[in-house]
Amino acid sequence: MSMLLEVSGVTVTFDGFRAINNLSINFAKTELRAIIGPNGAGKTTFMDIVTGKTKPDEGRVIWGDKNISLLGMSESQIAREGIGRKFQKPTVFEAQTVRQNLAMALKTPRGPFAVLMHKKTKTNAERIEAVAEQIGLTDSLTRVAGELSHGQKQWLEIGMLLAQEPRLMLVDEPAAGMTPEEREKTTDILKEAAKTRAVVVVEHDMEFVRRLDCKVTVLHEGAVLAEGSLDHVTSNQTVIDVYLGRAHA
Amino acid sequence: MRKTFISQNPSVLWFILALAIFTVVVTILSEVTGIGLISTSFVKTLGKTLCLCLVAIAMDVVWGYCGILSLGHFAFFGIGGYAVGMWLMYARTEGIVIESLAGQPLPPTPQEISDAIGNQIFGVVGSSEFPLIWGFADSLFLQLLMVILVPGLLALVFGWLAFRSRVTGVYLSILTQAMTLALALYLFQNDSGLRGNNGLSGLQNIPGYEDTSQAVISIVFFIASAIALAAGYIFFAWIVSGKMGSVVKGIRDNEARVRFLGYHVESYKLFIFTTTAVVAGIAGALYYPQAGIINPGEIAPIASIYLAVWVAIGGRGRLYGAAIGAAFVSLLSSWFTGGGAPNINLGFYVIQWTDWWLVLLGFSFVAVTLFFPKGIGGLFDLLVRKQQ
Amino acid sequence: MFRLLSLALTLWLTIPAVAVAQSLQDILQTHNEEVLNPGRQSVSVVLDDLIASGLPQALPFLEAWRDREIVQRSTDGLFFRAAEAGGTITLTDLDTAEVVGTSVSAELTESRPNGGVRRAIGDALVQFQLSDPDISRRQAAVDAIARSMDASQLAPLAASIAAEPDPDLKEVKTRLAGMLGALFAETQEARIAAIEALSGDLSVDVRAVLNTILATSPGVAVSVPEGANIAQVLVVGTDLSATDAYTRLVAAELAPALIPNNAIRDALVANIDGGMVGGLPVASLDTDAARATAYDTLAAAGTVAPRVTAEQQAEAVAAHTFYLQYAEPDPVITDAARFALDAIETKVALSQTVDLGLDALSLASIYFLAAIGLAITFGVMGVINMAHGEFIMMGAYTGFVVQQFVPDYTLSIIIALPLAFAITFGAGVTMERLVIRHLYHRPLETLLATFGISIALQQLAKNIFGTQARPLTSPEWLDGALVFNDVIAISYIRIAIFVLALLFLALILFVLKRTRLGLEVRAVTQNPGMAASMGINPDRINMLTFGLGSGIAGIAGVAIGLYAKVTSEMGADYIVQSFMTVVVGGVGNVWGTLAGASLIGFLQKGIEWLNPSNTLAAQTYMILFIILFIQFRPKGIVALKGRAAAD
Repeated sequence: MSMLLEVSGVTVTFDGFRAINNLSINFAKTELRAIIGPNGAGKTTFMDIVTGKTKPDEGRVIWGDKNISLLGMSESQIAREGIGRKFQKPTVFEAQTVRQNLAMALKTPRGPFAVLMHKKTKTNAERIEAVAEQIGLTDSLTRVAGELSHGQKQWLEIGMLLAQEPRLMLVDEPAAGMTPEEREKTTDILKEAAKTRAVVVVEHDMEFVRRLDCKVTVLHEGAVLAEGSLDHVTSNQTVIDVYLGRAHA
Repeated sequence: MRKTFISQNPSVLWFILALAIFTVVVTILSEVTGIGLISTSFVKTLGKTLCLCLVAIAMDVVWGYCGILSLGHFAFFGIGGYAVGMWLMYARTEGIVIESLAGQPLPPTPQEISDAIGNQIFGVVGSSEFPLIWGFADSLFLQLLMVILVPGLLALVFGWLAFRSRVTGVYLSILTQAMTLALALYLFQNDSGLRGNNGLSGLQNIPGYEDTSQAVISIVFFIASAIALAAGYIFFAWIVSGKMGSVVKGIRDNEARVRFLGYHVESYKLFIFTTTAVVAGIAGALYYPQAGIINPGEIAPIASIYLAVWVAIGGRGRLYGAAIGAAFVSLLSSWFTGGGAPNINLGFYVIQWTDWWLVLLGFSFVAVTLFFPKGIGGLFDLLVRKQQ
Repeated sequence: MFRLLSLALTLWLTIPAVAVAQSLQDILQTHNEEVLNPGRQSVSVVLDDLIASGLPQALPFLEAWRDREIVQRSTDGLFFRAAEAGGTITLTDLDTAEVVGTSVSAELTESRPNGGVRRAIGDALVQFQLSDPDISRRQAAVDAIARSMDASQLAPLAASIAAEPDPDLKEVKTRLAGMLGALFAETQEARIAAIEALSGDLSVDVRAVLNTILATSPGVAVSVPEGANIAQVLVVGTDLSATDAYTRLVAAELAPALIPNNAIRDALVANIDGGMVGGLPVASLDTDAARATAYDTLAAAGTVAPRVTAEQQAEAVAAHTFYLQYAEPDPVITDAARFALDAIETKVALSQTVDLGLDALSLASIYFLAAIGLAITFGVMGVINMAHGEFIMMGAYTGFVVQQFVPDYTLSIIIALPLAFAITFGAGVTMERLVIRHLYHRPLETLLATFGISIALQQLAKNIFGTQARPLTSPEWLDGALVFNDVIAISYIRIAIFVLALLFLALILFVLKRTRLGLEVRAVTQNPGMAASMGINPDRINMLTFGLGSGIAGIAGVAIGLYAKVTSEMGADYIVQSFMTVVVGGVGNVWGTLAGASLIGFLQKGIEWLNPSNTLAAQTYMILFIILFIQFRPKGIVALKGRAAAD
């Protein structure tokens, strides 16, 4: 099976500090993957590299069937290639309605003139409603996003990701600050999304990761430490050392 | 489409209606109809105010909607004025020169005419050569094209450079201010080819209409300004109301998010920056024939900052707010500084508003920023809410 | 150098030997005829002998002679000085200066030197004055010689050097003699030696002397004349435009003059005949071509001089050689002068570079002072303070007000500096508490609100102090300049500003790196949330930082006021440059501000040097450069790295 995204031998240095150290990691076309690791393991930097925010010092990032390199592409180009990203802090456009937020994310031509001449169509309205349904915000479509609860904002951002119809979704701590019920719903949304695309979830919360019930990659000091099921990695002695501190190492 | 646009933006309809009524009333009360309740010079003031409203809504789009606090839009306004002023000055001087040369025994050659015009226009800066930039000054059409092209190209190049390197926020403001300062300093030079400190003058005389009275000319320009304002208002309301508006406001609120949604943020900023610059140029081209004179002082960075002040006082993020702010502050300013406001005698000190107006404006501006961030436009929200 | 000069002097000097004891009257009697009826030629004999005699009484005699007070008594043929008072004429002996008696005009013959003779006497007088016991007269004589250099002055000047008691004046005389020698010494060797001796001197007058030797005049001939000292043969097209070349031919009467367009027009107007001229109707003559045709018709008829065609012009130019010819005929001399001048000019260029560097350094100091306060507030708090320029102005006005009460300038500056700091510190803290505190996280609005304050403060200053510039006088010990040579000089005030800037650099570095406040400030800069959780009160830090930044602006105001004028608009003049300094240098870093100030200071001076006529253009180019610079280093020269720089 050819891979959707292949990251190989990537290294990033900030001021002499190696945030990412010869990292190699692959994702299949449809899968749900959780990335865990202690603070400073390089999880966010990894997402920054894939989405084009940070340029690595060396290494390759190869994408899709045509094996194109994502390095040297701008953030917006990468997003148009089909990589969506949800930030740690929910970032939705609070001054605009839920519908406008989703409409902006909807997969339509992105050029200024196409946008300027954009006309509302029935199909688009249906797509927006479908996404709203998926994230449980159907009743809130006309509300201003700033009025939503924290959990609803998280969902809206996930919904915006879905509306983008990406082939790879990078989701940073989707469950942060959610009630248990909200978490459950978030899990369902992500699992559903992973049926047709790759979904990569960066998470701290082991309970949430267990709920996702998927392959787990442990990052440590900018490299992959272990990979496999949650039970498999949590029984790995080095992983335990890393999480419990390396006093005896 | 048209219907939904208006129904979605009721303020457009109200604004256009108010503007139309205002235009008709002023025209009827002016000296043209013989009623003369409004003097020609006041018609000019009102016409100029409409142009300021136009540049203010352009500023509102770039700042209030797109989040770019440009301190260069009044420079684009000035460039528009210079572009049209060049033709006005050239064509009028040409008329005078041809008339004065007609008395000579030999008919004048093109070179003689050109030399005489050059002497008339540039004698004041000790030159008589026509600079290269006056190459199109004899053609109204080309010079009007310049009104659009020069501010547009300048904004395009500057914006491309600045947005490309991701200069944002206060940095961008300072950079635009630097651009404005560079332009003003350039124009202040005598060898800039635009008469340095003297600027261009006599612009109120329209070539070919020497026999038409200023009363008529002022009304024509007033109506033209009103039409331009209406057109600009509809145009910008259209831009900021649809999906474009969504993206642009998104850029203002969270640039990175828009970028990760797949939009090329720089193109959008460039589009807004350039479009508003062109509109500012057009506003300037209508303003300066009514003002009669333009000089580099008009372009100085302070003017662009005042523009931002008007928009802030009027209320950012709503087009009518910007227009109201520009009209309110600029008219108030001419009332205070023109000696219209009564001095206040405190017994031990007489407050003369010509001296104290700027102090008042400065502090009230601080107060507006602190306590009424929505400006005058915010009052409308209160009214609407009360009715509901 | 002066040893060299004296060596050069000895080469040509022949100091006249004077030993014969005689009286003035004797000399005058010897030249009886020449004294009585002096002519331009004949007077020199008398003057030579008088100078040669070395008699002290010759000086008053010459003055009297010049003033037409010398008479000859016909009874005995003796010369006297005469003074008329109430019809009686008193006679004074020329040697003893004693009154010898009175006389009547009938027995006296006046000596009446004409203008030319009196000038010659005046020259001779200068030579006497060179050895006058009164130093001010000697000084005046030297100045007179320096004003109008003349060959005749060389020998007496050189002769007076050895006996000159004042060392300074001796040096001046030696130098002047050197310059005169270079111009007028009699032998080639002597002149060359003098010229070579000058080559170390950068002063303007030495350069003028060498340029005088190297003065050229343009010439034109069919071929370069034999024996002329040619400086350069000009190539038409590169050294000289074809038009200019032809103009020279016309001036040298080697070619007919061109007929300019207005002459053609006048000629045509003069020959209008019944609506026609040169066979063409007048109304058709609205192009240069038509006028030329008509004129040519007139020329063919012999009515007017024919036009010179372009071919004729080119031919005439090609047939001649254009050159520059030295006024000095001796090529050896001109070569030596050229060599010396080149050497001097290299040194001058070097010195000018150093001088420019010093200028740039002081400008950079001023920008640093103006910007460092802004850099602190901008860097630590992310706040743009548009009223920063007005704080500079407040500092300057503080200095002005203090000087109204404390007349001693030194004391007043010593009082003004801390007072300005205190006042602007207070103003800054007030502004932070009342306005800026409420606008954190809204940087664009802070920019505008502080701009509102800036307008108000500027107008307030205008209302209080008026629009005219107020002086802030520097203490006397800061007047004048430190002079290194004729080119390099730097005024003490600029040195003081430089020192002040260095002091502030040290002070700020000390505060930021070595004090508790600095530690807290840096903590708040890097991570406000973390700093707050560690018990640092960001509110207090912000307030103090803003006060500090504003206070430094006040001190900068006093410094700037000392060398520029104090006006209500002075702050506005510095604000954009200050912003540039901060932005170019990199935000939040003292070294960055230093780098930014240096870059902008040196750049501005550099551009001004390239385009000295136009400071406005220099500023325009500088801003354009900065705009481009930001493209390539958006974070400035000294950029913060890593995550801190991410947003």
